[in-house]
Amino acid sequence: MSPVGPHHYLIVSGLLFSLGLLGVIMRRNLLVIYMCLELMLNAANLALVALSHFNGKLDGQIMVFFIITVAAAEVAVGLALIVALYRKRQTAHVEDLTSLKF
Amino acid sequence: MEDHFIENLGWVALLLPLLSAVAITLGGPFGARRAAAKISIGAVALSFVASLILFLYLHLTGQPALAETSFPWLIIGKYGELNNLQFNLGLQLDTLSLVMMLVVTGVGLLIHIYSQGYLAGDPGYSRYFACLSLFTFSMLGIVLADNFLMMFIFWELVGISSYLLIGFWYHKPAAADACKKAFITNRIGDFGFLLGILLVWSVLGSVGFASLKLEAAHPNHFGPVATIAGLLIFCGAMGKSAQFPLHVWLPDAMEGPTPVSALIHAATMVAAGVYMLCRVYFLLSFPGSQALEIIGWIGGFTALLAALIAVQQNDIKRILAYSTLSQLGYMVMAVGSHGPTAAMYHLTTHAFFKALLFLGAGAVIHAMHHEQDIWQMGGLRKKLPVTFWTFLTGTLALCGVPFFSGFYSKDSILAQALKNGSYGLFIIGVLVAALTTFYMARLALVVFWGSARSSAAEHPHEAPGVMLWPLRILAVPSVIGGLLFIEATFEHFFAGGHGEAGTITWAEQLLEPLNASPAAALSGIFAIMVGGAFAGALYWKAASDPLPLRLGWFARAMRNRFYFDELYERVLIPATHELWSRIAQAIDRWIIGGLAVRGASGATEFAGRALRLVQSGSLQTYAFLLVAGVAAVIYCLLAR
Repeated sequence: MSPVGPHHYLIVSGLLFSLGLLGVIMRRNLLVIYMCLELMLNAANLALVALSHFNGKLDGQIMVFFIITVAAAEVAVGLALIVALYRKRQTAHVEDLTSLKF
Repeated sequence: MEDHFIENLGWVALLLPLLSAVAITLGGPFGARRAAAKISIGAVALSFVASLILFLYLHLTGQPALAETSFPWLIIGKYGELNNLQFNLGLQLDTLSLVMMLVVTGVGLLIHIYSQGYLAGDPGYSRYFACLSLFTFSMLGIVLADNFLMMFIFWELVGISSYLLIGFWYHKPAAADACKKAFITNRIGDFGFLLGILLVWSVLGSVGFASLKLEAAHPNHFGPVATIAGLLIFCGAMGKSAQFPLHVWLPDAMEGPTPVSALIHAATMVAAGVYMLCRVYFLLSFPGSQALEIIGWIGGFTALLAALIAVQQNDIKRILAYSTLSQLGYMVMAVGSHGPTAAMYHLTTHAFFKALLFLGAGAVIHAMHHEQDIWQMGGLRKKLPVTFWTFLTGTLALCGVPFFSGFYSKDSILAQALKNGSYGLFIIGVLVAALTTFYMARLALVVFWGSARSSAAEHPHEAPGVMLWPLRILAVPSVIGGLLFIEATFEHFFAGGHGEAGTITWAEQLLEPLNASPAAALSGIFAIMVGGAFAGALYWKAASDPLPLRLGWFARAMRNRFYFDELYERVLIPATHELWSRIAQAIDRWIIGGLAVRGASGATEFAGRALRLVQSGSLQTYAFLLVAGVAAVIYCLLAR
């Protein structure tokens, strides 16, 4: 067995990203879709940290801090929107939220 | 040094009237308004002097033409390249143009002076002189142009300045209508003229007269289109010189002030058509071209038609207008029978005596407090002696009474028709000569003899000296115009500068018609006697016109101008008007309204309708499409 290299991290990151993407496309509940989005962000974080570590540079790690900050802000806004939507419509399922279509 | 001076003198003569028009128009606040007449007269007088110097220089040096002074004005393509398209502005200073210039500026000068008296106190005094100067400039431009394009530009300028002058009293509906009619009728002819110029240019590759002459000198591919090109060019002359069927504007143009009628519609503008035909005679007479034949018959027909109409008109100016038409027909007929010399000769003498007649008519109208009906006049012989004698001189010259100028020029046309073998045209010419004498004798007898037929005719007042002196001066060339070697000068020119000019003596010149072509001269004299005898028998001390009773419907048709105006108004104008309005309406409805306006809105709406089907409302579909799009972009970027 070879030692753990950047490839392994990237494969895990890709798997996580695909899982999140699949969740965003397949799931119907807004909260779950939201969690899947976070999963995708964290998959990207994982890739950045891994590459930063193997390249011996700190750029990627700093980038991750930014992503975490932005994700936190996004979660705050997004959850507030979902709560407001639920109060108005009594639902968090995407099939029920189609009033903007033709 | 001397050459430069002479060359530039042509430009000076041309541009002075323009300068005067600009000065009068823009200098109003600085006193130019009151000095308008003086500025205008000064400009045309200087132009006249310049033309005189040029003419004498040319005559004394014996050259056929002064060196052309032209400079490129518009070049399409590279300068100096072989196939570029270059338009020049240049002056053609040869015998033909210089004699014409002398006529235009000389007669024009007298008419400018006369106008000062005729229009005294008119509110549009300065506007009148500005327009008159503009007209003189445009007319000189036509005369001096050395290529078709420049001539066409000035051709149109003459059209617009004549429009301004005919409509000078624009508050009169008749004048406003007349100027529109003149302009539009001229435009029809000018359209043909432009087509002719384009045809000549496309075949011969040039618009300059000098280079066209070189091209036309040896046989080439111009032959097949020579007839049609000649006729298209003649269309321009048809409009300006008021030939049938575009003759209808000239009589109506008499709504303008009388000096304008004298200047534009007797001496200069209407002569432009004939002048142009003579200028491009080498194109018309191209071997194999049938154009001259047709031109001759149109001229002959116009001469006869207008003379017949003139017989039954009662407005003094309209009689003269139809007489002008008839004489222009004569000149065109002369061109058509291969006689540009005779045409230019008659043009020159006609300019003198017809301007004299119009100015005399103006003096009569002035004396009669703007009454123009000849049956309201009568017995003016004693009360207006100067007007009477000068008018009589003009009448005799127009009739072609022996030893007056008209005799020589008219005889020259008749002789030319005979020499050319155009016997039909010759007979028409003799007939028209008889009719001319008839209607002119009628006019003179009714106006100046008999007894006063209205209160205005009992107490007329002779015009002021500023109006009478031009009459006296114009009477001189009207009498002796035949002795001035004008014919020999033109003959010399049209023969291409061969032969010796002016070798005959005065005495020979006096009897030249009888020697050269006795048949023509004797027929002419016979026609005058017949016409004069009929007019004397019918109108000597007549109280009213006896002719309508004797001729019945024919007299009525003559009085109503053979119903040409009605025909155009009822048939031609509605037909074309209806056609064009339908076409315009169809374009408006189907192309602009349908295709452009409704097409644009329809296409947008259709695109919107089609695109909104994509909006399914399913969030997952959007997400999937987004990812698929990103994947596609990445694939495109990385797969290379």
